[in-house]
Amino acid sequence: MSVPGNDSVELRIEGLRKVFFGHEVLRGIDLAVGKGDVVVVFGRSGSGKSTLLRCINFLEEPSEGTIEVAGIRVEGGGHRTRRKREQIRQLRIRTGMVFQDFNLFPHRSALENITEGPVTVLGRTRKEAEARGRELLEMVGLPDRGDAFPIQLSGGQQQRIAIARALAMNPRLMLFDEPTSALDPELIGEVLGVMRRLAKELHMTMLVVTHEMGFAREVASRMVFMHEGEIIEEGPPSQVLVEPKRPETRRFLEAVL
Amino acid sequence: MTTSGGGGAEHVPPPPPVHRLNRRENFELFSSRVPFTLKLAAVWAVILGSLVALFAAAGFDTEWMREHAGFIARGITWTIVIAVLAIVLACVLALLGALGRLSRNAVAVGLTGFYTSFFRGTPLIVQLFLIYLALPQIGLALGDPWTDLLTLDVLTAGVIALGLNYGAYMTEIFRAGIQSVGHGQSEAAEALGMTYAQKMRRVVVPQAFRVIIPPTGNEFIAMLKDTALVSFLGVSVEQMEIFRRAQLVGRADFRNLEALIIAALVYWGLTTVFQFFQLRLERRLSKGYVRGTAGVAVAGQRRMKT
Repeated sequence: MSVPGNDSVELRIEGLRKVFFGHEVLRGIDLAVGKGDVVVVFGRSGSGKSTLLRCINFLEEPSEGTIEVAGIRVEGGGHRTRRKREQIRQLRIRTGMVFQDFNLFPHRSALENITEGPVTVLGRTRKEAEARGRELLEMVGLPDRGDAFPIQLSGGQQQRIAIARALAMNPRLMLFDEPTSALDPELIGEVLGVMRRLAKELHMTMLVVTHEMGFAREVASRMVFMHEGEIIEEGPPSQVLVEPKRPETRRFLEAVL
Repeated sequence: MTTSGGGGAEHVPPPPPVHRLNRRENFELFSSRVPFTLKLAAVWAVILGSLVALFAAAGFDTEWMREHAGFIARGITWTIVIAVLAIVLACVLALLGALGRLSRNAVAVGLTGFYTSFFRGTPLIVQLFLIYLALPQIGLALGDPWTDLLTLDVLTAGVIALGLNYGAYMTEIFRAGIQSVGHGQSEAAEALGMTYAQKMRRVVVPQAFRVIIPPTGNEFIAMLKDTALVSFLGVSVEQMEIFRRAQLVGRADFRNLEALIIAALVYWGLTTVFQFFQLRLERRLSKGYVRGTAGVAVAGQRRMKT
């Protein structure tokens, strides 16, 4: 496998292990994602995909291992000292995350959801943040829904606002945790469309957990198959999807496709 | 059944015997035609009428009541001032208490645990006297700046005691409110890089308030009544709240029944008025309450229509 050179790596995971109540969910993950790469992570439920994503921005504390995003290197495990909390915060500022069930702030309008991070965390003025927010609304195809509250939006619209909210921080890396799994089938396309633009036009570095193999085939620069807490196969979609090397991968793809 | 089996003999049921209604049944039928609200009003009228009759038998002096009602009712100002100041203090303490109880910091958990345990575990009236009468003694022992600081006037002592006491109870309300905000909200805030304080201030607490406000209204109404306890500390005439005024004029003329009835009616009126607003507020907050969103959705819809 090809690991990109040091200078162009946006995400580097080394020796990541995660133990939940004596059960080893991640058993030593090593992964490097180069600038502009789109890596699709797939595998059976319970294989550790979501945990992997959540360990990257420390929503779950890794039991062991190191995470590095855009040059911010944080050691997993141990007590969260003040210093470590600040490192994690810096890492999170550079990492956007999109959740399966959107998690928009229900007490704020769509535009306010987008400006919340820049204003509160980055200290931007409200005016600056709103100007950028309107650009992002445009980008996700919802230019006139800025005043709507999350509850007034469809699932697909909410997820697109959630993507805009993450992008407003100008992240170096975007994490997508099954972004279309909670959506009605007819709404999946609009969200994948935004993600496709993000990859192809903005060359965003992305790590995507998804079962949308069509999206993966078209957009992914690399695919990673996880099985029982390990990456057991990876490669370009043309290889992984067409002629997987491992029987586990083949079996999974047969079930999904 | 009579229609089945075309050929069989037709069974015509004999007409039911004519039943003469007895008096009890007649009354039931009559009662069923009277609207429920009317019956309810009648019950209230009977209760109030009996009370008036009872008071009249005890030598009710309505003339005296009319004369002194104004004096007692003027206590409303202080009653409300005490209650409002105390509920503000209680809200601040309850928020701090809730955050403390939910934190993983031993100092915060310990302090708030002691606070809620003590103020929920001892009588309010004892706390009032502790703050008004016992604190100055500590102040005297501690010397210079403390002697003055810890010697409080009645109203300050009352506000502090009520605030501390209600704050301890309301800590649970605030804690439940904060816990009612979904974990996903916390994660979304953290993923943006918010600090704990930013997350609480911008995301969690504003959403918790939707849950916190209605029971806090109830606490305020309860507090209105508990302000009467402050009268035990004794104050100057200008600053007397309702109960203290009632006691004063009631004892002076030996018209305790009349004075206390007036006081009770004033409290009753006050709580009823606030209960009314409380209900409206609750209804407004619960409108459109879907998936953790409330009034905002309604407000948003209104905004969209214009």
